[in-house]
Order: sequence, then C-alpha cells, then structure tokens
Amino acid sequence: MSIEALMGDYTLQIVTLGSAMLGAASGVLGSFAVLRKQGLLGDAVSHAALPGIAFVFLITGVKHTEMLLLGALISGLMGTFVIISIHRYTKIKFDSALALTLSSFFGLGLVLLTYIQRIPNANQAGLENFIFGQASTLLKRDVYTMIVLGSIILLIVGLLWKELKIFSFDPEFAQSIGFSDRKINIILSGITVVAIIIGLQSVGVILMSALLIAPGVAARQWTDKLSVMVILASVFGIISGVLGTAASSLAANMPTGPAIVVVISLIVFFSLFLAPNRGILWRYLKMRRNSREINEDRILVNLYQLALNHDDIYHAHQVAMLTPIEIVEFKAEKNMVKSLHSLAAKGYVRGDYFDTWAITDAGIEQAKRIVVENGGESL
Amino acid sequence: MTPQLEIAITAVIVSSACALLGVFLVLRKMAMMTDAIAHTILLGIVMAFFFTESLNSPFLIIGAAIIGLLTVYLTELLQRTKLMAEDSAIGIVFPFLFSIAIILISRYAANVHLDVDSVLLGELAFVPFDRFIVFGRDIGARAIYIMGTILLIDLLYVALFYKELKLVTFDALLASVLGFSPILIHYSLMGLVSITAVGAFEAVGSILVIAFMVGPPVSAYMLTDKLRNMLIFSILIGLINAIIGYQISVFFDVSIAGSIAAFTGITFLAIFIFAPKRGMVTMIYTRRVQRIDYGVNSLLFHLYNHEDTNMEEEESNINSINQHLHWDKRFLEKILKKVVSSRYVVLSKGYLKLTPEGREHTIKSFK
Amino acid sequence: MQKYLIEAEDMTVAYDKKPVLWDIDLKIPKGILMAIVGPNGAGKSTLIKAMLNIIRPISGKVLFNGCDYQSQRQYIGYVPQRGSVDWDFPTSIFDVVLMGTYGQMGWIKRPGRKQKEKAMDAIKKVGMEEFAHRQISQLSGGQQQRVFLARALVQDADIYFMDEPFQGVDAKTEKAIIVILKELRSKGKTVIAVHHDLQTVKEYFDWVTLLNTKIIKYGEVDEVFTAENLKLTYGNIS
Repeated sequence: MSIEALMGDYTLQIVTLGSAMLGAASGVLGSFAVLRKQGLLGDAVSHAALPGIAFVFLITGVKHTEMLLLGALISGLMGTFVIISIHRYTKIKFDSALALTLSSFFGLGLVLLTYIQRIPNANQAGLENFIFGQASTLLKRDVYTMIVLGSIILLIVGLLWKELKIFSFDPEFAQSIGFSDRKINIILSGITVVAIIIGLQSVGVILMSALLIAPGVAARQWTDKLSVMVILASVFGIISGVLGTAASSLAANMPTGPAIVVVISLIVFFSLFLAPNRGILWRYLKMRRNSREINEDRILVNLYQLALNHDDIYHAHQVAMLTPIEIVEFKAEKNMVKSLHSLAAKGYVRGDYFDTWAITDAGIEQAKRIVVENGGESL
Repeated sequence: MTPQLEIAITAVIVSSACALLGVFLVLRKMAMMTDAIAHTILLGIVMAFFFTESLNSPFLIIGAAIIGLLTVYLTELLQRTKLMAEDSAIGIVFPFLFSIAIILISRYAANVHLDVDSVLLGELAFVPFDRFIVFGRDIGARAIYIMGTILLIDLLYVALFYKELKLVTFDALLASVLGFSPILIHYSLMGLVSITAVGAFEAVGSILVIAFMVGPPVSAYMLTDKLRNMLIFSILIGLINAIIGYQISVFFDVSIAGSIAAFTGITFLAIFIFAPKRGMVTMIYTRRVQRIDYGVNSLLFHLYNHEDTNMEEEESNINSINQHLHWDKRFLEKILKKVVSSRYVVLSKGYLKLTPEGREHTIKSFK
Repeated sequence: MQKYLIEAEDMTVAYDKKPVLWDIDLKIPKGILMAIVGPNGAGKSTLIKAMLNIIRPISGKVLFNGCDYQSQRQYIGYVPQRGSVDWDFPTSIFDVVLMGTYGQMGWIKRPGRKQKEKAMDAIKKVGMEEFAHRQISQLSGGQQQRVFLARALVQDADIYFMDEPFQGVDAKTEKAIIVILKELRSKGKTVIAVHHDLQTVKEYFDWVTLLNTKIIKYGEVDEVFTAENLKLTYGNIS
C-alpha cells in the first residue's frame, strides 16, 4: 500500500485514530504509574486480562468486543487484587508477586484458549490477536469504544488533576490534608486498568506495559513539571501509536504492537541521551567539567599549602611536587599539566620555562576562598 | 519409552532446573528481570537461527545467553543513570528487544520453520517428535538430553558455589570486602538463567518459563526459614506442579505448559492461604489474637489504674467505659466476654471489678 | 617496621557536583579505637567505603601496613550498617555469623568443624547463643547488631571498620558492644567506627576523627575532642 492510498483509506484512518487515542490515554496514565514506581504492575494486569477474555468467549461463544473487554477488565482487576494481597499478607517481594501472578494468569488464559480451539465449529479465530495485538482487525465500533473510554479517562484525570498531582508526589501529605489515599488509589488504578484494556486489541497483552511506561519515562527527561510531563507523554504516545499503526499497514507481516513499541522505545532512547539537564550526554559533559574543576581546586590548594611552608611565597615548584597521588600515575601527570595550564589561563598560577609553577596573588585569594567553601579551617 | 512418559520426564526436568535457579532469583529480587530475560532471549534465538537456519544448533543457546546477559546489562545501565525508577528500566529494555524479535520473526521467518506461537507458547506435546539419534540408534527425545545436561550444569553450579551465592545474595557489600566478586556471581547466575530459559523455551515457551522459575521458590519461601530447605522444597513443588499440571492438560486436552503454569498459581494460592506459619489464615488469626490480647491488657490496666481512686465509679461503669477507652461497643463486648470468662474481672451492679487473679495478671503483664 | 597501621593520602571522592571527601590524609596507629564523627552528609560512611575499596576515589590511596588493600584483605573486617541487608532472608543467626569465616577459605571450599566452632564461640561472646538457630527476621535492632558484630569477630581481622555500630540499639547491646571493642583493643586490634552520639565519644574511644568533607582534626580524643574543634566541624549550630 502506498502512502497516498494510505491517506485516503477510510478504515485506516479510523484505526489510526484509535491508536492515537490509546497513545494519549496510556501516556497520561503512564506518567502517574512511572512517578509512583508502579510501571510493571501494568505488565501484570495486562497479562492477567487474558483468561478473562477467553472465559467470556467460552461462555458466550461470540466475539463481542465490549463483552470480551469486560471480561479482561474483571480478570485484570482480580490479578491486581491477588498481587496486592500477596504483598500485604506475606514477606514475598513485590517483583516476585508480579511475576508469579502474571505468569499463572497467562497460563490459565492459554489453557482456556487451547480448550476453546478444541470446541468444534467455534468461531474462535482472532482471539489470539489479543496476545500481540493486530490493529488492522479493529472494527469501526471498537474504535468508537476506545474513543469513548479514552475520553472518559482524560476527563477524570482533568477533573482530579489537583488530587492526582499531590497524591503522586507525596501520598502521606495528601492524606494528612484530608484527601482519601484509598479513594484516589482506587480511581487511579481503575482507570489505568481501563487504559490497559483498551490497548489489548491493538498492542496485545505482552507489550501493553511498554506503552504505559515508555512515554512517561521519555517525557520525564524533558521537564520537571508534572503538567508538561503528562502532555508530552500523551504526545509521545500519540506519535508512536500513529507511526506504529502506519508501519504495520505499510509493510507486509508487520505486527502492530511490536511496531508501536519500537517507535516509542526509540523516542525513549533519544530522550535519555539528548534531553537537556537530565540527559546522559549533558550529564557526562557536566561531570567532566566538574571533576576537572575539583582537580584544579585541589592543585591550587596544594600549591597554596606548599607556598605557605616555603620562605618565598612565590617560589616555583616542579610538577612532581604538586601531583596528588592518583591511581593511574601516567594519566595523573598529563591531567596535571592540563589543569595547571587552565589555572594559568585564569591567572591563578604562573608557569615558567623549566615547567615549574608558582602561585599568584589572585591564586592565593582563590585558594583561601576554596578552603572556606569546603568548610575547612583557614590555614 | 512411551511419548507420554517422555513428555512427563521433560516437564519434570524443566521444572527442576527452573525451580533450582529460581530460589536465588527470588531472593535477589530478580523475578521481573528473569521475566525480561525469558522474553528477550527470543531475539538471540532468532538471530542465531538466521545464521544457522536450524533450530537445533548450539549457537541458539549461545545467542540466547548473550542476549540474556545483554538484557541484564542494559537494564542495569539504565538504572544506574537514575533517570527512571528501577522497574521502569526493565519495562523499557525488554519490550524493545522482544518487539524486534517478533518483527523479525513475522517478517522474515514466516516461510521458514520458525513459528511465533510455538516459540512463545511452546508445545511440550511436540517433544517426542524430535528424536536424538546416535550412530543410527534412537535413544529418546532430544529435549530430554538437552534439558538434562542443562539441569546437571545448574546443579553443579549451585552445589559448587552455594556458599558464594548465599553470601552475595544476603550481603553483597561484605562479599566484596571478603574478596568474592558479587558481579561475577551475578552475571554467571544470569547467564545460567538465560541458558536454562532457552533450553526450556522450546518445551514451555518464553512466556511461561517465568512461572516455572518464580512459582516454586515463592511457594517454598512461605514454608521454611532455611535456604537449604527452600531449595529442596522449591524443587519438590516444581515436580508436583509439573506432574499434576501435565495430568490436567491430558484430561482436558489443553496446552501442557499453560496448564502447569496455571497449576503453579493454584499451588501457591493454597500455600499462601493455608501455610502453617506464614499463611494468610494464620496471619489473620494471629493478628486477631494480638488485638484481643492488647484489648484485655488495656482494659485490665485501665481498671487497675483507677482502682480505689475517687474516679473508680466513673471509670469502671460498664455503660461509659468504652468512651474512656475510645473503643466501639462491639470490640468492648468481645473483650468483656474474654475477661469475664478468664475470671479476671467480675461484673457487679453495672461496675467492673478486678478479681485477685486479674490484679495479679495485670501486674505480671505490665512488667 | 611500619610506624602507622593505616595511611590514607590525598584521598578525594566526588559523586556528582560536590566533593564528598576532600583531600583526606590520615595516619592511624595500631591498637586504638577510633571514632569518625561529623554532621549528616559529612562523608563518614563514604570514608570507610573508600578505605575498603568499595567506592573508588578520584584520587589518593590507602595503605595498610604499607601495602595496598588487596594484599591485606584478610586482615580487614567490616561491619556494614544494619539496614543494608534483607532481614527476611531465609537463614539462621548461626549461618550469618559463619559467613564471616568465608573470606579465609576462598572460593568453593566449605566451612568445616573448626569454623563452625569459631562461629558458635562468637555467638556466645555476644550473648546470642539461645537464638543461634533462629531465623534472623525475628531479631530486634540490637540483636541484629550483635549478630553483625559476631560475624566480624570470626573474621579474625586485625583492623575492623564499623558503620554506625551503635545506631538504634538498646542499652544492653551498647554495653555488650563496648566490652567487645575494648577486648579487641587489648588484643592489639584496631577498630574504626562511624559514630553518632557525641556524648559517648570520650567514654568509648581513644582516638577521634572529626570529619566534614575534609578532615577537621584527628588524633587522641583528649586533644582533639574539644568544644572549639566541634564547632569547626558542626558549624555554629550549638
């Protein structure tokens, strides 16, 4: 299919609209999940939804999307309940509780699915699409369901904005000023499960958690403000939803869920590396500058101390005298000379032809300042 | 050997190997990391498969082990940047690598013999079809030999490095001071986990391996306080899960691995509720007993404090005492029943009075 | 013959922007109990970890008996903060104490009867013999600290580094710990401990290091632990 054909394809437009809605809703709720360090809970919930889908089909015998999603919702909530109970009543660590719950629910789902396949004449084809998701199988009605649910989620977040903000920042404080910790927790978990459920058809149970975690993590790198973070996360979610869906329709044999996940992952890696202030590249440069400055400070103080112990304050010393003992000796010497030149450029030290170095008046003032800044006694 | 027996033996070997390593994974809080590895090794398998075009090549195991370790390394790298919470790092690395694997399979391997479903979900029922033939003689299902070897390596590893595994898991700081490199133990363990997972994936699929690795150790953790026992119980529970899960799958004619995974959940649920010392029933019961004990002592102490004072009439009146103690009526009734039946307190004309036994008990418990 | 047991020279540690330790020079003789004292965030734990090679300094080195850490490892014992381990771990007090002997036997070898007897002796010494085979999660804070101390004792080290050994322990444990520390000193061992309680420094220790990113003063308690020096360390809060 060519791009032009793509643009004019009505079904595809509908499907893309659905993916965009999904990206927006999961980006918004994912921001909260990431901030509350509950990203992987979403992974467990989405796996836990599988037996619900299979069970509803087993009973009703028809593939009615709303009913299947209702089943997914119920078993997803049951999974959450199991995890929370294990955490409350035992010393088992949270990650073990997650892993155990998601795998045994998924196992049960698989048992039911294989059981359904053995039923003669059952119209079961397509149920396994819930495992990886296949956006192209979305019906117009499914997309309308997604849009309605997604809008409700966004509306709730908008209405409860103040509460959610304070709750994800400091739940104890929120409680102390009279917000019910329990109620907000239930509402937030509830709408998060709904967001996961509406993603199952296009992204699938295995990868749905990525759509919850990744946009939030990417957005977090660019801002320290919750409102900006949530908006950015939903934008990232929409971009990955749209691009992933487009890729999966353009290329043959391209599953939608994995395509969306690859797009959002690339956005995450890009953000991690390049975001200003927090980004890896930025921090690396800052760290190098800092350790260079610290080293320079130390050399200057060393020189200052040497000067104080010498009759002539401005006596020049050899590099070897100044070198702090370092693990890699060779590198130390090289860095040392570099630092001395940098100090000389600032006018704190003076070098001469014999590669010996002396402190200047400005250097003495600066050294005194450093010593005081680091809480030391004056020398 | 009948095919049924071969399937059962494979299931038993897979679950023993997984249950053994799983103990250390659970204690090291690596359960979700293991889940991630179990998924991402698929990428290693796919890539090795593209090179060798065979599903039986040893390169599959090597490729999987490399990707498994890469998963651990990348996740820890992301965690170290402190740019995200620990669990988010797992949630980013594994879907990414896994998605690449799925895309590669769907696009390029569709007409080759590598099918998404069988890789992901596994099919123990196919185990007997793949024979191990030595010098023209059929000596059994190949999976039994491969998994058997992996199980032996795992056993040997745990037996040899038991001391080191225990020390590094419990106190990594001390381990490094004593000269046992925590990193070496960590990566060797994760390497073995990857190899075990790849050995198991063909039989049980990459999603359900985690049930085999986490379910039995977590169940065993509920039953014992000793690491050695935890290892033994874990393997035993793994065996039981494998055997009964397999029987159930035969009875209903459903996915064997799925059935074992689901039964793993059921075993845990039963232990979670009924375990003698740490089960939910015991926990709720002990909490209730503690609450009543606390209530009894508070009431006795309250009466003792106001005994022979001019406040006594006011403070020991049965109709108002709950307000002084800030208790609701129902709790007070429960406590009253208890103190009267153990003869610590008698009720006379609407007032509560300590008996000599009650007084003695109060003094004793206060000390 | 080396005059000082431990010599730290020029040690600087920085995590991010600010240096955590700045140009540390220390010379510690044999057979003393030394407290490391300073306000929160002064780098006390970091100093211990840097000397033990757990954290890598950006410059400087530490010598034990004039040699580097690796070659002297077997003579060095370490008691981490209690909170650094998972007390729900399925293991008994006896097992935890036995871990202290692991360093002497190296890889793969298992503890034998001799080590087990040594572990039991240490448990008796800290007064925990009746709990020896209990699981560790049922212990109080003071008991946990005593277990860690017993584990350090079986290490048979010459130098002990302890991170807040008195943190959150009951009075009885505190006394028991101090008895053991004095006994270690009488055997010529050296103990270096991060300490919080300024009231007890003079009573428990003979040397003290006043630390606030850099070393303010260190030496014998009577000389160094003065109101004036404390003011330099903690600022003018008090």
